[in-house]
Amino acid sequence: MTVQGAVLRALRKPRGSARQGFGTTSRRDNWVVFPVVQALVFTLCAGYLTFSGIFWEPILPTGYRWDGYLSPLFSPLIVWKDMPTWLSPGLLILWIPIGFRATCYYYRKAYYRFYFADPPGCAVGEPTMHRRFALENALPFVLQNLHRYLLYLAFIPLTFLWLDIIPAFIAPAGEAGVTDPGLRIGIGGLLFLVNVTLLTGYSLSCHSLRHLVGGRIDCFSCTRARRVRYTLWQRLTDLNRSHMWWAWASLITVTLADIYVRLLVLGVITDQAIHFNL
Amino acid sequence: MIETRPPAEVPARAEALPGAAIDEARASSVAKLRVFRGEPGTPSRYDEFDVPVEEGMVVLDALHWIQGNGAPDLAVRWNCKAAKCGSCGAEVNGRPSLTCKTRLSDFDLDEPITVEPMRTFPLVRDLVTDVSWNYEVNRSIEPFSPPADVPQSDWRWQQEDIERVQEFRKCIECFLCQDVCHVLRNHETERPFMGPRFLVRAAGLEMHPIDQADRRPYLKDVGGVGYCNITKCCTEVCPEHIKITDNAIIPLKERVADEFYDPIQWAWRKLRGRSDSAPDRRSLPVLQAGRQAEPSIEPTPERLARAVGEDSPVAEPMHAAAPTTSTPAAEPTPAAERTDAGKVAKAARATAGPRAKRARRRPDTGDETPSEG
Amino acid sequence: MVGGKLLNNARMAELHAREAPDRVRELEAWGAVFDRTRDGRILQRPFGGHSHPRLAHVGDRTGLEMIRTLQDRAVAAGVDVFMECTITRLITGADGVVGAFGYWRTTGGPVVFPAKTVVLATGGIGKAYTVTSNSWEYSGDGHALAYSVGADLIDMEFVQFHPTGMVWPPGVRGLLVTEAVRGEGGILRNKDGERFMSRYLPEDRRGEYASTDEEAARWVTAQSEGRVTDARRPPELSTRDNVSRAIYTEVREGRGSPHGGVFLDISYLPPEHVRRKLPSMYDQFKELADVDITTGPMEVGPTTHYVMGGVRVDAETGASTVPGLYAAGEVAGGMHGANRLGGNSLSDLLVFGQRTGAAAAAAATSVAGWKKAPYLDPVQVRDAGRELSAPLEQGSGEDPYALQRDLQDVMQRLVGIFRVEADLQEATSELSRLKARWPAVGVRGGRTFNPGWNLVFELRNLLVVSEAITRSALQRTESRGAHSRIDHPETDQAGWGGRNSVVRRRPDGSMEVTTTALPEMSDELRLLLGGAH
Repeated sequence: MTVQGAVLRALRKPRGSARQGFGTTSRRDNWVVFPVVQALVFTLCAGYLTFSGIFWEPILPTGYRWDGYLSPLFSPLIVWKDMPTWLSPGLLILWIPIGFRATCYYYRKAYYRFYFADPPGCAVGEPTMHRRFALENALPFVLQNLHRYLLYLAFIPLTFLWLDIIPAFIAPAGEAGVTDPGLRIGIGGLLFLVNVTLLTGYSLSCHSLRHLVGGRIDCFSCTRARRVRYTLWQRLTDLNRSHMWWAWASLITVTLADIYVRLLVLGVITDQAIHFNL
Repeated sequence: MIETRPPAEVPARAEALPGAAIDEARASSVAKLRVFRGEPGTPSRYDEFDVPVEEGMVVLDALHWIQGNGAPDLAVRWNCKAAKCGSCGAEVNGRPSLTCKTRLSDFDLDEPITVEPMRTFPLVRDLVTDVSWNYEVNRSIEPFSPPADVPQSDWRWQQEDIERVQEFRKCIECFLCQDVCHVLRNHETERPFMGPRFLVRAAGLEMHPIDQADRRPYLKDVGGVGYCNITKCCTEVCPEHIKITDNAIIPLKERVADEFYDPIQWAWRKLRGRSDSAPDRRSLPVLQAGRQAEPSIEPTPERLARAVGEDSPVAEPMHAAAPTTSTPAAEPTPAAERTDAGKVAKAARATAGPRAKRARRRPDTGDETPSEG
Repeated sequence: MVGGKLLNNARMAELHAREAPDRVRELEAWGAVFDRTRDGRILQRPFGGHSHPRLAHVGDRTGLEMIRTLQDRAVAAGVDVFMECTITRLITGADGVVGAFGYWRTTGGPVVFPAKTVVLATGGIGKAYTVTSNSWEYSGDGHALAYSVGADLIDMEFVQFHPTGMVWPPGVRGLLVTEAVRGEGGILRNKDGERFMSRYLPEDRRGEYASTDEEAARWVTAQSEGRVTDARRPPELSTRDNVSRAIYTEVREGRGSPHGGVFLDISYLPPEHVRRKLPSMYDQFKELADVDITTGPMEVGPTTHYVMGGVRVDAETGASTVPGLYAAGEVAGGMHGANRLGGNSLSDLLVFGQRTGAAAAAAATSVAGWKKAPYLDPVQVRDAGRELSAPLEQGSGEDPYALQRDLQDVMQRLVGIFRVEADLQEATSELSRLKARWPAVGVRGGRTFNPGWNLVFELRNLLVVSEAITRSALQRTESRGAHSRIDHPETDQAGWGGRNSVVRRRPDGSMEVTTTALPEMSDELRLLLGGAH
């Protein structure tokens, strides 16, 4: 393999004059602010969701259901009779969206920048310990290539979240003034609807989906089937342009939806709703 | 007869073109430029210049003013001054930019504006760097490879088939994306990394509707597509606004994943067997049998006479090759291997593994995958 | 031929027309990606003066597409490219040109290329003018090199002023606004909103242009869809010389835009369409002038763009009048006559680049023992080396940048769109004064990538071509194509028809300006033109 070695050496870039070292740059704008704010929001949301979905129930059983509202972290709800108490039902579901988002092309950009400083900003020096990193060429980050499988899986909880919309809009019988189950338009239901819409937008705007639907084709006009896929690809491309927006918006609404249900359960707030008898 | 139309009154002297002379008095304010000076082996320094600012002035104008007023030997590489040639890339206040489209009005003129060369490449002098490494990388990419047995005159495809490729071919090779890429700038990777510019070029070839080569093994093993961690700085600096990350690199990563990191697709390929034969004409974007080729538009005297005398032009697209004195060489001739660089390039393509050796990608991969999920 | 006011080399025009389609197909076979028609073929559009939509294109960046394609092809073929190498002298022997002397810009080191044949492909002379669409490299290097070894230059008075250059802001004045804007339907208006071009159409060709705005609009729609139409083309698509004069006249007579141009408007078309067909123009105006061309008009004015004149070459081979020396592209003369039509430059490069390259290679390899490098006269090489170092050794002296500004000012003021004898006389004497200043030019700094040093040799070349332009313009006492004499406004077909101006270097170093008859055209072409004209 000496030939190969020679070739690879020949293609190696000669060294430039960039100053190395964490944070060295000639940029005069406030490049620090953006990643720091992003890191704060992301860490708060992700930290809370992990706690709520995995640790809250085993530590302090509180409940995540309230009158037809099921926290999106626990859907579909999987419980059985002698389920160990250390196991939160959220854990059985949450690994899918966590994995989906961890391998997402947008979140990768964001967290490589704000958690790994690789790079901290464009044309900003990195910690010199990065120099030999193999990035996504070797374990663990080579696993990012499995993004598409997590995408497939992500559609499972997403389907259940849509199904959860139905009980969220049905008023339970026995409430004051309500004799039969009726239509209930509550803040919770609306929040759930917005949340699941944003989650769907996030899933559909996925780069991997865009590739699988049409991006992998070289000649779009060659067959009728491909023309259909081209049209789909165009739609997904439009969505994909705002993948970042979907990612942040849906992360925040999931957090809010869970907080809302928890607060209802704890009795801190009550659900404001309009009821209609059917 | 042929008319020339003089101005209304014939003056003894023609006047200069309107507004020809640049009015120095229009200069309204002064910009302070800190310009990197130096060459390899000598200590570098920053020279400061006070440059009078005119409306609409760009950094390159300021550098030219400096050349004409005080530092005639200031080395700057530039050409078209219209953001079309990609020569004048530099780092302005730390941001890789084309100096010909970076306007002074975008800066706070109370503070000095720092201009440095592209730091990722070896310095030649002042603002000029040696970007020749990029051309070596370019050479290692397998060139455009149309099917050998279909003449160009039979090629047919639609605008939508090439719109992606056209975006990539807007690239003006300014190498700002290479400059800003932290893998090239800050990392010392074990294997080479081709950088965003050449991922864009590879994407333009891979997505070409009639190209038959498979560059995925090359991209994975030589080009180092895995080194890219999609932090999008290349997209931010691209003066041609090519969506490098979203439209070129990520789709290439997905294509590489199809081939190397997708067990279901791997199993499916094993099951069906890979065809290494030339692709079926029916699956190519070419004129199909049964559809009549359009008549030739070989220019005849009558046709020419009609064209010259015609009142209304007629749209006649170019098609079937007319028999003429010389025929185009549709099949690329083998690359000359006179230079060492040529050998390296050829070896690089081969290094990517046995599949790269003229592996024919089935042109219909797009359709024949199981719909996983 | 008609666009070139019958001063073209007919054989070159014929070869160009016959072979350009092959060259375009060749580009596609090498990977070029042209815009398509609905049935999957290469879409073509017309520019000014075309009687046929015949330009294969890629939005408004066809040239870039050609560069990329040819670059990729050269890389794949393993062609040696010597980048950033300036040739300052041609070396001659008993059999004409035998080599070239120059230096590497990145190191400043001298270099000699022994060569059986040399092909000039150095482009034009735009940097002789203040307002130009050309880059700094367009300093007439090839013209001057050919002149220096005794080759003929023809038609040097024909300098094309592109009608649409940017006029504002000052830093981008002269930057090209591609003819594709008018090809896609751009409308020229003066400050009163008048669509003035219809007033400037030549009477004998008026019938070829739309008589109403409605007809012009119909034509635009049909063109963008690649459809056949009975509508005639808009008046904006008149030949470049004509449109330039029209804009110049409007501005002179006080009907110009605020910054001394006129308005070019494409904003009546759907923004999406404009952005797709003219993406570079959209960006150029957005980023450099804060103008959104999808919502408002551009301000444009004439800019020096192209020189029709150049080295006199053989139509078939591109050989100059000096053995061993060839020329192709803008540096070669004859193909475009008195005025070049839009789009013909790119196809000129393809057709005659291919022909000249093949002919030069064939000539170089035809003799026995051709692999042996030719003998280079050491005296010439030594002199070239001394000449190269002289400005650096001079150190301080005449500032090359000041000399360049003065030269551009003379040419811009006195040898522009409209010319008159008094101006041209004054320009001649100004130029000789500038020429006298040149030997005293000195530059500071070292040899590594020193732009001031490089400028010294460009100036020498610019002085030669400026003199050639001015004296040819003085000689031609008529108006034809891009050459407009205020004192001789008529086209004098009897006196000047079929006569090319010729410039050559006398053995004593002085410039000889004379004329020769145009090469005979074939009976077939004569028949064709007779019918049309």
